[in-house]
Amino acid sequence: MATLKDIAAKGSPLAGGHRMCAGCGIPIVVKLVLNASPEPVVVVTATGCLEVASSIFPYSAWRVPWMHSAFENTAATAAGIESAIRALEKKGALAQRINVVAFGGDGGTYDIGLQALSGALERGHRFVYVCYNNEAYMNTGIQRSSATPLFSSTTTSPAGRVIPGKMQPRKRLTEIVAAHPVKYAAQASMGNWKDLYTKAEKAFRIDGPAFLNVYTSCVPGWNYPEHESVEMARLASDTCFWPLYEIEDGRVRVTYKPREKKPVEEFLKRQRRFRHLFTEANRGLINKIQEAVDEEWERLLSLDKSGLKVF
Amino acid sequence: MSAQVKRQMLALTGNETIALAMKQIHPDVVAAYPITPSTTVMEKFAEYVANGEVQTELVTVESEHSAMSACIGAATCGVRVMTATSSQGFALMWEMLYVAASLRLPLVMAVVNRALNSNLNIHCDHSDSMGGRDAGWIQLYSEDAQEVYDNLIQAVRIAEHPDVFLPVMVMSDGFYVSHSVFNVTPLSDEEVREFIGTQPRSPYNFLDISNPITVGPVDLPDYYMEHKRLQAEAYYHAKRVVKEIGEEFGKRFGRSYGYFETYGLEDAELVIVIAGTAAGTTRYVVEQLRREGRKVGMLKMRVFRPFPQEEICAALQNAKAVAVLDRSDSFGAFAGPMYTEIRSALYEASSKPKLINRIYGLGGRDLRLSMHMRFFHNLRHCWKVVAMLNATIIWA
Repeated sequence: MATLKDIAAKGSPLAGGHRMCAGCGIPIVVKLVLNASPEPVVVVTATGCLEVASSIFPYSAWRVPWMHSAFENTAATAAGIESAIRALEKKGALAQRINVVAFGGDGGTYDIGLQALSGALERGHRFVYVCYNNEAYMNTGIQRSSATPLFSSTTTSPAGRVIPGKMQPRKRLTEIVAAHPVKYAAQASMGNWKDLYTKAEKAFRIDGPAFLNVYTSCVPGWNYPEHESVEMARLASDTCFWPLYEIEDGRVRVTYKPREKKPVEEFLKRQRRFRHLFTEANRGLINKIQEAVDEEWERLLSLDKSGLKVF
Repeated sequence: MSAQVKRQMLALTGNETIALAMKQIHPDVVAAYPITPSTTVMEKFAEYVANGEVQTELVTVESEHSAMSACIGAATCGVRVMTATSSQGFALMWEMLYVAASLRLPLVMAVVNRALNSNLNIHCDHSDSMGGRDAGWIQLYSEDAQEVYDNLIQAVRIAEHPDVFLPVMVMSDGFYVSHSVFNVTPLSDEEVREFIGTQPRSPYNFLDISNPITVGPVDLPDYYMEHKRLQAEAYYHAKRVVKEIGEEFGKRFGRSYGYFETYGLEDAELVIVIAGTAAGTTRYVVEQLRREGRKVGMLKMRVFRPFPQEEICAALQNAKAVAVLDRSDSFGAFAGPMYTEIRSALYEASSKPKLINRIYGLGGRDLRLSMHMRFFHNLRHCWKVVAMLNATIIWA
């Protein structure tokens, strides 16, 4: 296992000076994932925070080949690149193996890009898809996505006098991906670098599609002090609000079990998107979230324990 | 000349012809999604792949949007890429058509023209490709299977020309061409290889790890317009290159191509402008009428983008009256898309012919001989009438 020093010594594929917000979790995810690749990488990115903040012409923060073409088609664009690589490999025209990595936010992955992602997964292209999941459309001003958690307040699911934020739970995308099936799909977090790096290393070893759903804190979207980004992401896993697990060859393995499972309230209370829950009237909603988190956590643990090939 | 001997005439449908051209072009990557009437192109091509007759990576995507996206991804890697589509598929690609052109990717796409929803209609008109006329692709229209074939082979050269580096779409009429059997004389495999070259040319290579590039960045008001201006210049070059390659093709293989084909235009007083298969009927009517001593003619559009305005103007300015037949409408505009462009081109003419527009053949409605006769009759009439603006556009 590489130490943080080892990883840092590899240099950064992303140069400083990009325009991502102070405290943004995305660069951490990008650097950790790309540095886990033993081979050179080429990167495709969906329209979104990472894209707009890293590539404002005439500057580019990318030290690796990087491409953006549109919002909903990142997996399809990656599939095209991977097919070109295959074609060149067949001709013996490629000097070395190149890994294709796609980055999309939860908007570009859970929602508008899901069809293209599903198609690319089913066809079995050899690429690593990374969803930097900050649980809403942050680039366009914090609108709800299907990754937005229950009762979260966003600009299109605002907590109002009648409706307390988003009324639907988030989609279980990692399992949807696993059900294609793919050999490797995992939930990771920017708050747990070792777990993320290990999963990225595994993903790059897969001869086919691999998927990483990486929890990524967002300062303007969740609204907490910017120096607390890593802590926020850690809290999400320590409360089991964002469980860390992997699905390898159809078997679920929980990769992080907090020594002390903290109440979900500790995670929620530090963010403005859940502020409206902390009133006497909405007290019951926090309990509902806790119940849902507990149920999900128990479900994952039992899947893990069963050892069954569930996907 | 020895190569010519090897050529033989085959009986092929339009789509089989497209598939054969694709096989001979032998692209590195093809990404496509089936849609009537272009489906059999991909079926036939998939058969070539399955039988090992081509080594192409065939990406059977889940939508046309992904088809064009995958083509774009592949083309950035400097490999040869092709696809085919029709109608709704073309419409679904629309967003990515602009991206392909703006990234200056030398893709080649066969468009088998079909009407657009709603209501659903699988038959031919030009609404799909005309809807994409401003996306930045070079557009070549074809009358029959032989022209589709010749256009596709030339399209590779045009797209990959270093002064151009733009995607090219080659149109053929759904069912009229795609599902009808034609006599086609393809080139030999060697001739195609020699003409297009085995090494594809591309503006950049995304896979060059030691020289990493950023493709498709954010481009704000300080630079976006400069980039669009550079792109616009490519179409000036494209206009020259399309002609040069059409001539070269003619010299090598005996079938020359220009921006358009004319018939009887030298002395024609009444002219029909048309694109696609209906040109065949028009040619027949012109023949008949000329036999009767009428001074009529035809201009058949081949290159709609880049639009050859000076040449069109020169070719039509001596006519007394011109009917432009559009197989699509531009709803809310004052006429069909081809008419609008041609009328605009004629603004520079020293003497201007009278112009009428006819919207015809939508959703596969046949254009009959009797209708052509009526057009020429209308033309003769409008030539004599001074105020005719209100009657310029008629749905045939």
